[in-house]
Amino acid sequence: MSEQSKNTTAPFLEVKDLAVEYYSGGKVIHAVNGVNLTLEKGKTLGLVGETGAGKTTIAKSILRILPDVGAKVANGQISLDGQNLLSLPEHEMRKIRGNKISMIFQDPMTALNPVQTVGDQIAEAVRLHNGGNKRQAEERAEEMLKMVGISADRYYEYPHQFSGGMKQRVVIAIALACNPDLLLADEPTTALDVTIQAQVLDLIAELRQKYNTAMLLITHDMGVVATTCDDVAVIYAGNIIEYGTKEQIFDHPTHPYTIGLFAAIPSMSEDEEWLHPIEGLPPDPAALPEGCAFHPRCPYATEECKKQPIAMQITKDGHQCRCCCMEQIAKGE
Amino acid sequence: MAKYVLKRLLWMIPISLGVAVLVFTLMTFCPGDPAEIILGSTATEENLEAMREQLGLNDPFLMRLGDYLNDTFLHFDLGESWTTGVSIADSIVECLPRTMTLTIITLLIAIVIGIPLGVIAAVYQNRWPDKVSMVLALLGVSVPNFWLALLLVILFSVNLGWLPAMGIGGIEYYILPAMAGAANGIATLARQSRSSMLDVIRSDYITTARAKGVPEIQVILKHALKNGLIPIITVIGTQFGKQLGGTMVIETIFAIPGMGQLIITAVNSRDYPVVQSGSIFLAIVFSLCMLAVDLLYAAVDPRIKAQYSKGKVRRKAVAANG
Repeated sequence: MSEQSKNTTAPFLEVKDLAVEYYSGGKVIHAVNGVNLTLEKGKTLGLVGETGAGKTTIAKSILRILPDVGAKVANGQISLDGQNLLSLPEHEMRKIRGNKISMIFQDPMTALNPVQTVGDQIAEAVRLHNGGNKRQAEERAEEMLKMVGISADRYYEYPHQFSGGMKQRVVIAIALACNPDLLLADEPTTALDVTIQAQVLDLIAELRQKYNTAMLLITHDMGVVATTCDDVAVIYAGNIIEYGTKEQIFDHPTHPYTIGLFAAIPSMSEDEEWLHPIEGLPPDPAALPEGCAFHPRCPYATEECKKQPIAMQITKDGHQCRCCCMEQIAKGE
Repeated sequence: MAKYVLKRLLWMIPISLGVAVLVFTLMTFCPGDPAEIILGSTATEENLEAMREQLGLNDPFLMRLGDYLNDTFLHFDLGESWTTGVSIADSIVECLPRTMTLTIITLLIAIVIGIPLGVIAAVYQNRWPDKVSMVLALLGVSVPNFWLALLLVILFSVNLGWLPAMGIGGIEYYILPAMAGAANGIATLARQSRSSMLDVIRSDYITTARAKGVPEIQVILKHALKNGLIPIITVIGTQFGKQLGGTMVIETIFAIPGMGQLIITAVNSRDYPVVQSGSIFLAIVFSLCMLAVDLLYAAVDPRIKAQYSKGKVRRKAVAANG
């Protein structure tokens, strides 16, 4: 992946050294600390990590919908198709939102406007970006409803008349209505039950294939990653600690945190009495530990890990890992 | 929906009966002898007794109440004023429109100024526009309306000579009274709009709207304000009631012969029938206004509409589409 991006001139989406800070009660919260990502057209990158690791913040920074008050992109560059998104004026950015980049939100229960008909909420995005008259936008919205498996008869209904799964379909319909080039899917299936989850994932996959949409999939579900993603970035405390293709990450997890994540998945074939969680808690983003953010929980931590941040190590096949004990771990402890 | 409205309208019958009984009882137990007030301090005891007999004041309480309810609610006969002899129905027909005009203009001023102030405050939370509007709101609730009324008269009538200082006539006579009465409403509405907008602005669906590329002004006016309106409408409703009842101060200052003045004068002269009928009419107007508020809820929020007419919305939506 990273080899590829070195060969081609500029990747489709490139996030460079992104750092985002929140300000709350006089404290600075370091939500994202120097994230580097690349994503090619039509590919899927999975962002995996615990709650509060900064996954959603990364997505919101790309779309520039962080809250006006109390949030700031402190550093970094985000470019889409060679265009620097962070320096665009607001009215230019507005043309990109919902059009070239769109986002599927985590909680379908609250993501829809309760006093606007479902159809109008889809049509609104279409009218804003594709121009055209009201009727055309409505037709497109009806088409989108059908595409996500909802009868066009329900255009004039309100979100409270829909079930959770159907609301999520509407959210997806809104996001895909303008055929975006990049889809930011923020835990699109977390709020849904397992059968609906599969349907929604299939639906997203189908629509993406149709339009060759790139997707940044935020999740903490390794199963979802395994079925959907091409590349995976593991986030810990606002930083990528391991990055590679799905095969690299799943077959050869290298960072102690990633190893811990996989070890925490209970095996279905063996008779396990105890779960194997990673000991400890993620660090407080207002007071990150010095050195490697994971060292307080890391079984391999050395004195060196506590002193200074660990640089990203890149193996020859492009697998990236932010750990200084990689060789030791690879040898088998 | 029609069934709901009808139900609410029918509810107004027990409400007005309740108000009638309550006001009647209160007036009965009020100290002061109407006969004495009507005839003056020079009247002899025989004259007073004759007057009491004529007004029916010597009958037992329950009998008088029964007579009164019978006349008012079964024969729609409001009777005449004891002091002036004028038909009460005529006085109400004359006075009620003045009070309503004043109340409505007052509310309109409050809405037109208060809601935008609150919305601006919410959008610029903790920045200077927010602080300015909240100081204005604080002034609005703190300044007594009679004092503000006098200041307005000094400025606009005495010094500038733009508007009449008192009395009734064209619409210009209502402007100063309405401005004086609106200060409180502006303040209350601004505060309510601010807090309900702040709640809404942080909702996920507002982020959704922004993520769709909706321009900020539309995000605020189309997506946020419509959702924030429910508590604002509630405040408008209670403000209406407050203005209706509180109008007597303003009416007195500006010498507007409205319902407030009618009732106040009647209370002072123990003119029982006028007080009772006046109160019932204000209660009916207030109930109607509350019904209007509830219907407005339904117009703004489809979830509430669905509650009013269970199941009907869905069929209508399908029919509209097909």
